[in-house]
Amino acid sequence: MTNPLYHPPREILLDYADGSLGEPAALVIATHLAFCPACRHQVADLEAIGGALLEEECLNPVSDDCLRSLMARLDEPALEASKPVALRGVRPCSALPPHGLADLPKPLACLPEPLRSYLEASLAETPWQPPNSRPRNSGARDAGGWEIDLRVGRPPVRTRLIGVVGGGVMPRPSPIGMNLNLVLAGGYHDPRGTFRRGDLVLDDPGLDYSPAADNGEECVYLCVTDASLRLSGVLSRSLNPFVAL
Amino acid sequence: MRGSDPAFGGVLVRATVERLMMPETAPTERVPEMQNLNDLVLAVARERSRTAFAALFSHFAPRLKSYLMRLGTEPGQAEELVQDVMLRVWRRAETFDPTQANANTWIFTIARNQRIDAVRRERRPEIDLTDPALVPEPVPPADRTLEAGQETARLNAAIGALPNDQAELLRLAYYEGTPHSAISAERGIPLGTVKSRLRLALDRLRRLLREDI
Repeated sequence: MTNPLYHPPREILLDYADGSLGEPAALVIATHLAFCPACRHQVADLEAIGGALLEEECLNPVSDDCLRSLMARLDEPALEASKPVALRGVRPCSALPPHGLADLPKPLACLPEPLRSYLEASLAETPWQPPNSRPRNSGARDAGGWEIDLRVGRPPVRTRLIGVVGGGVMPRPSPIGMNLNLVLAGGYHDPRGTFRRGDLVLDDPGLDYSPAADNGEECVYLCVTDASLRLSGVLSRSLNPFVAL
Repeated sequence: MRGSDPAFGGVLVRATVERLMMPETAPTERVPEMQNLNDLVLAVARERSRTAFAALFSHFAPRLKSYLMRLGTEPGQAEELVQDVMLRVWRRAETFDPTQANANTWIFTIARNQRIDAVRRERRPEIDLTDPALVPEPVPPADRTLEAGQETARLNAAIGALPNDQAELLRLAYYEGTPHSAISAERGIPLGTVKSRLRLALDRLRRLLREDI
C-alpha cells in the first residue's frame, strides 16, 4: 500500500487546524489524513501552534459562578452526540455488513473514518440502490456509474461519493466552484498526472481536464464542490505533490 | 506564560499535586516540578480528581474565554462555551494521550471543535486514530512525552521571536478565524504577501518542532 502522492496545500491544512474550514472541505481533509501519516504530522504541528497560542492568550476573567455551576454539572450524565443508531459500530471490511450495506460496492465497505460515519448516516436515510436498478442516464459513459449525495454543507455546496467504471469517462467538474476530489479506490488520470487512493486533486471550475478512470478497477472518489473556497482564495491552483516538511 | 499565572502556581495546585503524587508518603519538597498541565489532565483521567480539574479550570478558563471572544462570541455565550469545553475535558480526560499532544494543544482542539459545533452548527470531521482502516505510520511515532512541557515553552518563545507582522498574521489566522482573503482586505496587504508571511512563520515554528525530537 503506497501513501498518497498528492496532498492538500498548506493553507488548507492550516484552515483545517485552526477551525476555519467549512464542514464539506474539512471532511475531505480529514479523510485524506486517514490515508496520509505525513499530513497527520503536519496537522499535529499546526495544532501544537494553536495550543501554544492558547497558552499566551490574554486572561479574560470568568465570573465566579462559572466554576461553581460547572462543578455542579460534573456528575450530569453525558449526552454526547452519537453516530446514527442503526449503523453505529459497523467495522470496515466486515464479512457481513448489516442489511442495507450488503450490496454496496466493496470500496464503500472499507472506508476510513470520518467518511464512513457520514456515508452510514446518508444510507440510513436513503438506502443504497445498485446502479443497474436505477434509471440510467443516457450515454454509454454513465453505464455502471453511480453517485451518493452525502448532504454535507448547504447548497450550492455539494458533497458526493462518485463511482466510475474502469476506463470510464469521469463526470465533468461542476462549474459552480472549486472541486476537491479525493480518490478512495481505483484511480484516474488527466494530463496532469495519475491519481490513486488517498490523493487529493483540486480542480478549478473553469478548467476541464477531461479526466478518465484507469482501466480495470472501478474508481471511487469523494467530490466536494464549494464555491466559497474559490472566493476565499485559500486554494492554490497547482497540485501539491509534495508534503512540505 | 505559566509562571505568571498566580492561580496556577498557587496553593490549590500544590495541594492537589501533593495529594496525587505522594498519597502514601509524607509531603516532600518535590512538588514544584510536578506542576504540569499534562499531569493535571492525567489526574482527572485516572482519579477523577476535582482539585486537579479546578486547577485546570483556573488556568484555562480565562484563556478560553478570551479566545472565544476574539472569534466573535458574546461574553455570556463565551462563558457557557468555556463551561462546555471544560466539561468535555472532564468527561474525555481518559482519551488524553500526552504522547500525541500537550494538554494545551488537546484543549485547544476541544475548544475549536466545540465552537464549530455550537456557533457554526456544523459537525467537525476528525480522524479516528483507533480506526482499523486508518493507514498506519510507517514507523511508530517518536515518543514526545518528555518533550511535552518544553514543546509549548519553546513554541511560545519562538512565536515571541517572530517578526511582528508574521506573529500578528498567525494570531489572526488562528484566533480570529479570519480567512486569508479577509486578512488581506482588512490590512491592505496583497493576498500573496499574507500567504508568504504565514508560510514563513509556520516554516520557522515547524523547524523548531522538528528539532531535538
